[in-house]
Amino acid sequence: MRPLTDDETKVFFEKLTKYIGRNIIHLIDRPDEPYCFRLQKDRVYYVSESIMRKTTAIGRQNLISLGVCFGKFTKTGKFRMHITALPSLAQYAKYKVWVKPNGEMPFLYGNHVVKAHIGRVTEDMPEHQGVVIFNMADVPLGFGVSARSTVDMRKVDPTGIAVFHQSDNGEYLREEDALF
Amino acid sequence: MGGRNNKRKQHLPLPIELEKVTGKVTKAIYDKMKHDQVRDLKKKTAALKQSATGSGRKRAAPAAAQPSATPKKQKQQPAKRKPAAKPESEEDEESGEEPVMADGPDGGWDNAPLESDSEMGDSDAESLDEFDSDDDHVTQQPLSLLSDDSEEEDEDEEDGGVESYDEFDSDDEQVTFRDMEKRSRKLDERRAEDAEMADMELQDQEQAVTSEREVFELPSEAQVEAEKEAPLDLTQVQMRIQEIIRVLNNFSDLRGPSHSRNDYMDQLKRDMCFYYGYNEFLMEKLLQLFTVSEAVEFFEANEVARPVTIRTNTLKTRRRDLAQALINRGVNLDPIGKWTKVGLTIFDSPVPVGATPEYMAGHYMIQAASSFLPVMALGPQENEKVLDMSAAPGGKTTYCSALMKNTGMMVANDANKEREKALVANIHRLGVSNAIVCNYDGREFPKVMGGFDRVLLDAPCSGTGVISKDASVKTNKGPEDFSMLTHLQKELILSAIDSVNADSATGGFIVYSTCSVTVDEDEAVVNYALSKRPNVRLVDTGLDFGRPGFTSFRGQAFHHSLALTRRFYPHAHNMDGFFVAKFKKTSNKIVVGDKQVVPVGSGAKLKQKKKKN
Repeated sequence: MRPLTDDETKVFFEKLTKYIGRNIIHLIDRPDEPYCFRLQKDRVYYVSESIMRKTTAIGRQNLISLGVCFGKFTKTGKFRMHITALPSLAQYAKYKVWVKPNGEMPFLYGNHVVKAHIGRVTEDMPEHQGVVIFNMADVPLGFGVSARSTVDMRKVDPTGIAVFHQSDNGEYLREEDALF
Repeated sequence: MGGRNNKRKQHLPLPIELEKVTGKVTKAIYDKMKHDQVRDLKKKTAALKQSATGSGRKRAAPAAAQPSATPKKQKQQPAKRKPAAKPESEEDEESGEEPVMADGPDGGWDNAPLESDSEMGDSDAESLDEFDSDDDHVTQQPLSLLSDDSEEEDEDEEDGGVESYDEFDSDDEQVTFRDMEKRSRKLDERRAEDAEMADMELQDQEQAVTSEREVFELPSEAQVEAEKEAPLDLTQVQMRIQEIIRVLNNFSDLRGPSHSRNDYMDQLKRDMCFYYGYNEFLMEKLLQLFTVSEAVEFFEANEVARPVTIRTNTLKTRRRDLAQALINRGVNLDPIGKWTKVGLTIFDSPVPVGATPEYMAGHYMIQAASSFLPVMALGPQENEKVLDMSAAPGGKTTYCSALMKNTGMMVANDANKEREKALVANIHRLGVSNAIVCNYDGREFPKVMGGFDRVLLDAPCSGTGVISKDASVKTNKGPEDFSMLTHLQKELILSAIDSVNADSATGGFIVYSTCSVTVDEDEAVVNYALSKRPNVRLVDTGLDFGRPGFTSFRGQAFHHSLALTRRFYPHAHNMDGFFVAKFKKTSNKIVVGDKQVVPVGSGAKLKQKKKKN
């Protein structure tokens, strides 16, 4: 377990900004307790500083997880967000897409969101931005990347892809082994 | 063995099962046997009477005539003789035809239904039923009606072939108002007399039945040997289990003269091992826990799956909302019980409960009802530092975190790295953010990290409480497993106790739980901890149901406070077999002889070090 290096921080924050923009600051400056990001075996964890300090007692080999895992660095140095980051992303997301009940299961099975399934979209969403996907009851389902801006989306035919799938709650079941 | 795999067995519930359904079974079986024998005996006595009294007494005639096989002529004979041979006993006091009438109905009628039950065909039975109703008419209804009835009866008899009643019917027409009272009084007398006789016969029969049932013999050694080669049919074994249990429950009366209780117990063990598919060692262990009849209930309960239960994740939703969401998916559910506010029982579901969007969003966790208990006993508070020593797959850990509302610190440890994956997945899915997961042997614990406010030790165990989940326990657990496990449990419980900081303002509690019901893994371990660590004492678990733990067991005497621990059984509480004990640590120092020893890693030691520095 160690703090992120400058390079890692840059890559990680760039990625994170795509989803929550400047709200990153709210993740770190919290009213209740200071939180921090820590790297452990390629994975980035978001954890309160008090827990982080106590965790120093645990050996590196024996520490499996602390706090919330946000994602991991690939071997090529890129950062991949994991579905486990969803609660934090959903809280601060800039762009949101709500899918209708009939689009819920297709998305949770790992498919892209098609236009016909969209119930509501944040206005002024640009193309290729990170979006968090909710169902109509405001339960976060996953996140992805917008395929079109809000304006263009109106013109697309119903079967056209509106949001590219990146990660969804179904991964807890499908990819438990790869994820953790 | 694997006797359980035989499907035929399914159709043959044990008497105990029946008992559950119908109330008293053994009694019912007795009654039936008794009843059969009474009938047989009555038939015999009736036949005897007939041969003895011959044609002299009309009463015998109907009884003997009952079997429908008897030729008509014979049956009609008594009727003809009546006027000639004429009465000997009570009938004398009455004049003319009256005795015939009084005698006819009674003698025939009271015997008839008894015999007809078993012997007669359907048609006979029907006609007899009608006779019964007619009987009422004779005593209660006006004469005008009576004559009609008798005509009908004539017809009935011809249909049904119960000619013997002719005698009554022909006489019946002569009933008058004048002798009505006499007739009815006479009938009453007769009835009383018959009832008395029936009572006596019943008593005789009872004796006969019990004496006959005493005859149940244990199989000889040769038979036992033979059975090893060629096992009996499951139904036979089941019958024998039943018999032995009956004998054991009333041993002084029913025992075979040459057999001791142990002989019966040995045979019972053999039979139950075969029938339920346990190995002898485990069977012995379990039989020591219960009375034989309760043991059978326990074994039967182990064959039935417990209901699926889920725990609401209060970090993300409320039980009412979750229940509504699941009901909308067509799931049939109900709260588990009054003792928990977060549990739901799933009765049936058109969708897999482990793959609904709500599940994936972390709104609930599939968790056995029994594994709520240790967490409820532990009662973690907000801002505490809590350790779960063997956490995977995380049901209890996440419940703790939910109770702590994601504050403080939850350390989830498990010795098995493979199982940690599920643990991490569940922690993240349920949105727990105050947890760290580590992979240590629990015995290292006070050294790795100490000073916890509360420690939950759900010890690795033989799993005798969850046989319904994992039937392999029945056969693959032997004495060496038990000694290995109990040794491990004893080491773990000491580690757990040493990891707690007794000076904690809010906590200082340790909960020890197992999903095993054997005393070796439960009370014995707790007792060991009490003797090794005088700085802990048992406290009430806060669970208002479950049975108190044993304070003595087969000659072993445990500390009296073990009554504060709680045991849960599948047959009694419809949850997995479980054991929960809650300790309170009173001091961080242990007095060994004259010296005060401070165990490594406890909060106290840290403080002391600081002071010294």
